[in-house]
Amino acid sequence: MKKARRREKLARAVIWGAALLVMGVLLFIIAHVLIKGLPVLSWEFLTAPARDMGRAGGIASTIVGTLLLTAVAVAIAIPFGVGTAFYLAEYTKEGAVTRIIRFSAESLAGIPSIVYGLFGFLFFVVYLKMGWSILSGGLTLAFMILPTLVRTAEEAIRTVPRSYREVSFSLGATKWQTIARAVFPSALRGIANGIILSVGRCIAETAAVILTAGSALRMPASLFSSARTMAVHFYTLAYEGISMPNAYGTAALLVLLIFLINVVANALVNRFVAKGNK
Amino acid sequence: MMKTFREKLSGRVFFALAVSSIAALALITLFILVKGLPVIRSVGLFKFIFGMRWAPGRGEFGIFPMIVGSVSVTLGAALAGVPVGICCAIFLAEFAPAPLRNIFRPAIQLLAGIPSVVYGFWGLLFVVPLIRDHLGGPGLSILAGSVILGIMILPTVISISEVSLLALPRQYKEGALALGMTHWQAIKSVLLPASKSGIVAAVILGLGRAIGETMAVIMVLGNAVALPHSILDPVRTLTTNIGIEMGYAAGEHQQALFATGIVLFVIIMLLNSAAQFITREKKHK
Repeated sequence: MKKARRREKLARAVIWGAALLVMGVLLFIIAHVLIKGLPVLSWEFLTAPARDMGRAGGIASTIVGTLLLTAVAVAIAIPFGVGTAFYLAEYTKEGAVTRIIRFSAESLAGIPSIVYGLFGFLFFVVYLKMGWSILSGGLTLAFMILPTLVRTAEEAIRTVPRSYREVSFSLGATKWQTIARAVFPSALRGIANGIILSVGRCIAETAAVILTAGSALRMPASLFSSARTMAVHFYTLAYEGISMPNAYGTAALLVLLIFLINVVANALVNRFVAKGNK
Repeated sequence: MMKTFREKLSGRVFFALAVSSIAALALITLFILVKGLPVIRSVGLFKFIFGMRWAPGRGEFGIFPMIVGSVSVTLGAALAGVPVGICCAIFLAEFAPAPLRNIFRPAIQLLAGIPSVVYGFWGLLFVVPLIRDHLGGPGLSILAGSVILGIMILPTVISISEVSLLALPRQYKEGALALGMTHWQAIKSVLLPASKSGIVAAVILGLGRAIGETMAVIMVLGNAVALPHSILDPVRTLTTNIGIEMGYAAGEHQQALFATGIVLFVIIMLLNSAAQFITREKKHK
């Protein structure tokens, strides 16, 4: 009995220790980046073009590059991801077809980003002759975020209470009307959460982007221009030792953005859950 | 008339959209195979996988040192990340007071969202010098990569293990406690065994993340193409081989990098299928 109690104490200590260790590491990484990077952030840093390969000047072109690339990826992936989710949740019974679709989506989720990069390079950059461009990079990232969108949207649609559909049908609405006017509006928050998480993945991605969008530091002129995203810029500045202060500034902005994205995503989910429980 | 047309159309459109995932997977597989297979065929599968020399300039393509690199770093990441991750999941599911849990969960989500290059850079600044100064060697090493990847797989391991712990019926725990077990005994001999398949799936998916990571490990592994003799030696992995050389490779060299991608792709698909199989088995029970 005494031994069991001693074991209990020991186990508790180990488990608390592990949890505190994880938090400690997270705080260390974030604090380090913010302490070194926040002082660099200024209006000028955000809006001025980079000079001398990023040694001087700001990071305006990389912010624009990141935004355009992410916008292309999300705009293209949303119809496919959300459409797949509606098909899986509303239009079919579980069977061979859904099993294959699910297997594909889950497999896509596990494919490493460097493999997406290889594929995007071969298919979009070379085969479809789009070159290293925002379009090639965005399309590649669209492939990459597809499974995230499918999973989150399907979960959101399945959380909509059955009674919504039953009431809608009983009022004489067709299936399409029910989905468009009863199910979709109620699932919107959950779908938005998935979209925001996908935006986060696009912003954080490096390997797939370097191989498909290139790393030109010029301000992109169109979707066919090569562009450097913030993550790629940070990697280049830090790893090639071009400018530590500017690297930290870029990293701090990235971490702040990811933090903001998580806050918004969580707010959406919490409201969504609270609503569903009513 | 219009109504039935729209009904039919919407069903077909949704089906067409749903096929996109299958098409995407097929396209990726097809393109990488078509580009990479010729090199494997000309070098020979056995010589490609077990070849010790990687000298693209001389047309020598053997990736065995990279396979050893990937496997050793991934195992290291599992040793570093899995025990801590599972303990953290137990903490969240069983021990954490509500306010702490409400801080921890979003924090772990944040951990998952931070760009991998930031982890790599942090490793280069803190982990690498620590190893160099206290354990010897160049610092850029299997050990450094294992630590960084161990941190990076935490969110995967924690969230999936926690979900499978929380999914257990309450009676399991209540029954165990009613039998006079301590909380830890209940966790160790009832809850953990009952959620075994979920935790195993979490570990496998974590391994998949570790073996697929590129940018973070480029910065801390040293990238030497040689068989390591200890965990303090630098290595190159399958992913970093592609990441480093894709920028300037052409011709047969580029094809060989796609062939490296095929090997990586096959390993990942095996791990994924295993994880999917395990979680599905559980559902059927």
